[in-house]
Amino acid sequence: MQVSTPESHPAEHGIWTRTMRVAAWLGWQIESNWADPMIFLIYSVVKPLSSAAILVVMYSVITNGEFNNPLFPYIYLGNAFYIYVAAMLNGIAWSVIEDREQYRMLKYIYVAPIHVPSYLLGRGFAKFVFSSLAVFIIIAVGVIFLQVPLDLSLVDWPLFLVSLVLGLVLLAMMGLTLGSIILNLVNNANFVGEAVAGALFLFSGAIFPLDVLPTWLQPVGFVVPISYWLELLRRALVGPLAANFPTFNAFSNLELLGILAGLTALFTVLGFVVFRYCDHQAREKGYIDRVSNF
Amino acid sequence: MDLAIHTQNLARTYKLRGTKKDEPRELVALKDINMDVRRGELFGLLGPNGAGKTTLIKILTTLLAPTSGKALVAGYDVAAEPHKVRPRINMVSGGESSGYGLLTVRENLWMFAQFYGIPSKLANQRIEELLSIIGLKDRINTKSSELSTGLRQKMNIVRGFLTDPEVLFLDEPTLGLDVEASRDVRHFVLEWMQARPERTLLLTTHYMVEADELCDRVAIINDGRVLACDSPAKLKQQLQSDAIYRMEVSPLNGLGADTLEKLKGVNKVNHEAKDGFSVLELILAEDDALGSIVNTLTGKDVHIRNLQKREPTLEDVFVSLVGKRLDEVSSDTES
Repeated sequence: MQVSTPESHPAEHGIWTRTMRVAAWLGWQIESNWADPMIFLIYSVVKPLSSAAILVVMYSVITNGEFNNPLFPYIYLGNAFYIYVAAMLNGIAWSVIEDREQYRMLKYIYVAPIHVPSYLLGRGFAKFVFSSLAVFIIIAVGVIFLQVPLDLSLVDWPLFLVSLVLGLVLLAMMGLTLGSIILNLVNNANFVGEAVAGALFLFSGAIFPLDVLPTWLQPVGFVVPISYWLELLRRALVGPLAANFPTFNAFSNLELLGILAGLTALFTVLGFVVFRYCDHQAREKGYIDRVSNF
Repeated sequence: MDLAIHTQNLARTYKLRGTKKDEPRELVALKDINMDVRRGELFGLLGPNGAGKTTLIKILTTLLAPTSGKALVAGYDVAAEPHKVRPRINMVSGGESSGYGLLTVRENLWMFAQFYGIPSKLANQRIEELLSIIGLKDRINTKSSELSTGLRQKMNIVRGFLTDPEVLFLDEPTLGLDVEASRDVRHFVLEWMQARPERTLLLTTHYMVEADELCDRVAIINDGRVLACDSPAKLKQQLQSDAIYRMEVSPLNGLGADTLEKLKGVNKVNHEAKDGFSVLELILAEDDALGSIVNTLTGKDVHIRNLQKREPTLEDVFVSLVGKRLDEVSSDTES
């Protein structure tokens, strides 16, 4: 049998980046390969536009078409950026279910000499790229057709970019935490990601300011890290309008950025600690390759 | 001795939850497994469904933690040092439709080669070579969802061999394959082992012929315990002093195999009812015992249609150890 021989075992160095790169490639293939390129392109444009249209119609009905109210850009931008939350948080968690249940490949991924958290984050990166297209389309449509007052020359770009990156890292780490927990769930794992993303939608100030919540519920919003992220993005993009909502008025941009950075660091540590614990537990319970057929 | 696999008092218990009213139950999947596999060996685990073969493979491939005991693969502890075990192993499970269906055969394999750090060019070269050998080269650009179960299994087998692991685990690799494909796989496995004698392969199977044909040594496993471990020839030699017969008779008219087993010189009798007749597999301590069997049968008006003396097989070894044929134990487990 004449077959070319690879190195006996791979070098340890670069294992994180190699794993993440290949996982991102796989994630992108899964996201984009299910249809012809043209159908995929149409889907990529139509889906975000549809969800934006639903929001606009709902807003229009409730406010009798008051698009000049500062609440409109508040909701519109919050909803646009929340796409990242659903995609990355739920997406990373879902990739565990998908690999274990649908493709039945999680055990082979696990047996390979990879860094499993990097694998999950790589799958999340593909979700990020895909959802970025949706976020861009929604914001562009808002600015061009719905008079969302976003003036590119007035955008605080450094604040926007730093906040965006910090928030994406935060979401990836929250996704890693959730994915790790799902490793230890078999029968009800399918609903956890959606449930968490749905609950956070309510308490993160994505579709209404936290002040609207009953006083006793508002503290929940303040412990949700995504609230700070969305506030920073709004301040960076439409600063003067964001000032109309008093929720975070007591904090300066720098203070909010500090809180976001602290929470991101906290979730980074938490993500890896939870993964380590859940990975150990999943191997104890024999859940790595357990298929529920749910 | 240079060992590829070493287990010491290895055990695994599963906690099973029933309905809310039930107390959690424990299922003992492995009990005190002490097993050594030498480097360069093609080692077989032979046993029925539910015997503990897959549980053992899961532990050795770091997917499952043992409840107690120790297991070393390529010199590393599978529970404490999984990151050192994984670069040195690979695994293929049979009888399932795993694979990323949206990816082509090449993409599925290339991706795993990347996980193992094999340079892209070498990976592609190796993929083509292995696919040619296993007869799947013409489907290299086919999406794996479009492959039949057998072809998908062949792709999975290539995935296992692609990384040229020090220790390869094949869990029922020919399960669900047709006769020809199974033969291709067995041939492929043998060639791979012969090409690099330092490679080690652990194969689980419930096909006696497969174990007999491929394995240097075989461990017979049932109910979570290793009952015997030796080369197929030596295992069969244990029965060499016995006389083994296959007898086709008319229906037994209420006569049970247990009645025949009570006769002097009869070690084991297996009875299988066929359409209109019965087959008796007889393991006798000596040929003379055949006379009392014949007398008992004819006394019950049972007619002998055919009688053959034959050499012992691994199936006979299994029967002498477990008391039942392998397929009988499998169906008991499934029911």
